[in-house]
Amino acid sequence: MVDIWSGITQAFWLVLTLDAELVEIAGRSLYVTLTALAIACLISLPLAALIAVKRFRARRLVIAVLNALMGLPPVVVGLIVYVILSRSGPLGVLGLLFTPAAMIIAQVIIIVPLITSIAHQSIRDLWQEYHDLLISLNVTQSQKIWTLLWDSRRALLTAALAGFGRGIGEVGAIMIVGGNIDHATRVLTTAIALETGKGEFALALALGFVLIGLAVAVNLAIHWLGQTEREGRW
Amino acid sequence: MRHLFTGAIAAFVMASAAQAADVMRMAVTTSFNNSGLADVLLPEIAKDLDLDVQLLVVGTGQAIKLGEAGDVDAILVHSRSAEEAFVEGGYGSHRTEIMYNDFVFIGPKDDPAGIQDAEAATAAMAAISDAQASFVSRGDDSGTHKKELSLWAETGLDVAGFGGWYNAVGAGMGAALNTASGMPAYIMSDRASWLNFGNKGELALLYAGDPVLFNQYAYLPVNPVMHDHVKNDLALKLEGWLTSDRAKALINNYKINGETLFVFNAKEAE
Amino acid sequence: MELFPMKASAIESRRRGQQLVGPIDLTLEGQGATVVIGPNGAGKTTFLQLLHGTARLSAGRIDWACSTEEARHHQAFVFQRPVMLRRTVLENLSYPLRLRGVSKAKAEERARDWASRVGLAQLVTRAATVLSGGEQQKLALARALICDPKLLFLDEPCAALDGRAMREIETILQEVKAAGTRLILSTHDLGQARRLADDVLFLLGGRLHEAAPAEAFFNGPETPQARAFLRGDIVE
Repeated sequence: MVDIWSGITQAFWLVLTLDAELVEIAGRSLYVTLTALAIACLISLPLAALIAVKRFRARRLVIAVLNALMGLPPVVVGLIVYVILSRSGPLGVLGLLFTPAAMIIAQVIIIVPLITSIAHQSIRDLWQEYHDLLISLNVTQSQKIWTLLWDSRRALLTAALAGFGRGIGEVGAIMIVGGNIDHATRVLTTAIALETGKGEFALALALGFVLIGLAVAVNLAIHWLGQTEREGRW
Repeated sequence: MRHLFTGAIAAFVMASAAQAADVMRMAVTTSFNNSGLADVLLPEIAKDLDLDVQLLVVGTGQAIKLGEAGDVDAILVHSRSAEEAFVEGGYGSHRTEIMYNDFVFIGPKDDPAGIQDAEAATAAMAAISDAQASFVSRGDDSGTHKKELSLWAETGLDVAGFGGWYNAVGAGMGAALNTASGMPAYIMSDRASWLNFGNKGELALLYAGDPVLFNQYAYLPVNPVMHDHVKNDLALKLEGWLTSDRAKALINNYKINGETLFVFNAKEAE
Repeated sequence: MELFPMKASAIESRRRGQQLVGPIDLTLEGQGATVVIGPNGAGKTTFLQLLHGTARLSAGRIDWACSTEEARHHQAFVFQRPVMLRRTVLENLSYPLRLRGVSKAKAEERARDWASRVGLAQLVTRAATVLSGGEQQKLALARALICDPKLLFLDEPCAALDGRAMREIETILQEVKAAGTRLILSTHDLGQARRLADDVLFLLGGRLHEAAPAEAFFNGPETPQARAFLRGDIVE
């Protein structure tokens, strides 16, 4: 109980004084996850739309695989990426191991199935609604996808934020591929693991509260930017 | 919108190029990192050599693996047999001793196994085994873990035959100490990690001093013949510094709560 | 670009072994309004979809005076229940034009014209999904007409509308018919059929039971089923 209270006060103090180390690792957390999110959306959203509208035989299989991949343990993804990016691995020459780039790669792999799955469901529902009209209007495949993506943007935003949540709180994969190197690949979650391992519970809790605050702030900011609560516009 | 995008890219590229310093990666053990000595040495290294040493803090087993794979430029570990195998296998160019600290026995304050008055480290361990008192082992193939196992062997006991009182947690020093604190249980720790540990709870330092518990740290650059991409020049530069009088002063003067932790014992590099 | 005459030869639609429509043979010329009537389940909707090309032919063929692709380009369809894009009224109206590469400014200008024409000028910035049933159907009609189709299909367009909305829609239909747009619509409402039809297609059990010019059909249908239907009896 003492730890939780001292954790809260420590968190407050760290944020108030804009503690340099805190700013650095919080900034890196955001950098890694937001970059991963951007890349993942560029992959997931068109993919989700394509699966929703294209008729192909293996569709049910693809959707089942996608849903299964959502349950992929992040730490296993991290391990596989590690083995591939290690100097003695196939992509070792890229020298990406233990850099933020490796962490971004691991996070992209983890959140793409999640975003694709959620987005696909909404797009599919909208497609059922628009189907007769769009067919009648003779839309091309890309016009179809663009229309569906744009008109379901609210649901797609939710999917993206789900991906963000998954990424910002992830620790296993990025610990393995990043190495938690001080001033290079340390982020909030790996720092929490480190401090906990040192027995510094109050500091770990403080970092935890900062992480929660950050995640909430990002969510609020995106909703505010998108003005999703304004009636009648979406 | 496009301007914002190109601006962001430019900033990113500039930020990455901003480090004028040389950068190398070194794998070190959790015991070394938890001692806090790294936080003292690294800034000095940066100042003296304009060298940014990125530390990967892992167990000895993983450190050796990282060196074998060529994912780091040098390693600093404390497990002589593993180090010699490393050099023998051609993965490390050579081995340089830097300093030593010691291992201590930690346990519940009331000392149920009565190790405080033990005559030797092996006697203490025998006492714990006889009493079947809870014991936490690193269990992670680290230098500390290997040391612990060698001591059990010297006591003449077989770890494989131990009952439920022996808990191998497969974790770093801090995490293992956490577990020991929570149980509470006996545990063998390096002195530095213990002094720096923030969650002592019911635990206390019960036995120390047997010379067999001394713990030698050595520095091994990864062999450039094996991996030509490693920054061997920087690794050698760092080695020079670590065996210098400057390092000697910093290491010997490093204290926690007034206690020195490490003893510098490097021979001057030829 | 002349679509007509259109010739449907032995067209059929089958699904899961069930014969929905056909075989039907039919030739249509380019003038006026054809009304398709018949009891529920007669296959009116499927028939219209076959002609428009949004339902697949299980057998037979449809030949236009031009290519099928060009014909599609000059057609539009109004559904029984309007499909609204989750956008504003104005955006719904501009959508078909934007699909064809019309600039945003031009598309919005035309959209506003048509919005006024169907009495939705005040609602252009409203989300289409919050409009009433009648307003949505008027919007769907305007959206169908905004590209100046040569042929307009309507599937029971006034089925869910009150008298006033129905009158407004029929007025617009009469206007576009007079301006030269070919209409093919299905309806339940015999009164509407009488008001709008130039010729009548009577569908029963998926087959074309009777086809005749409107006046001839309403004054003296040939088949007993048509007579029964006009009388108001239940026909199978």
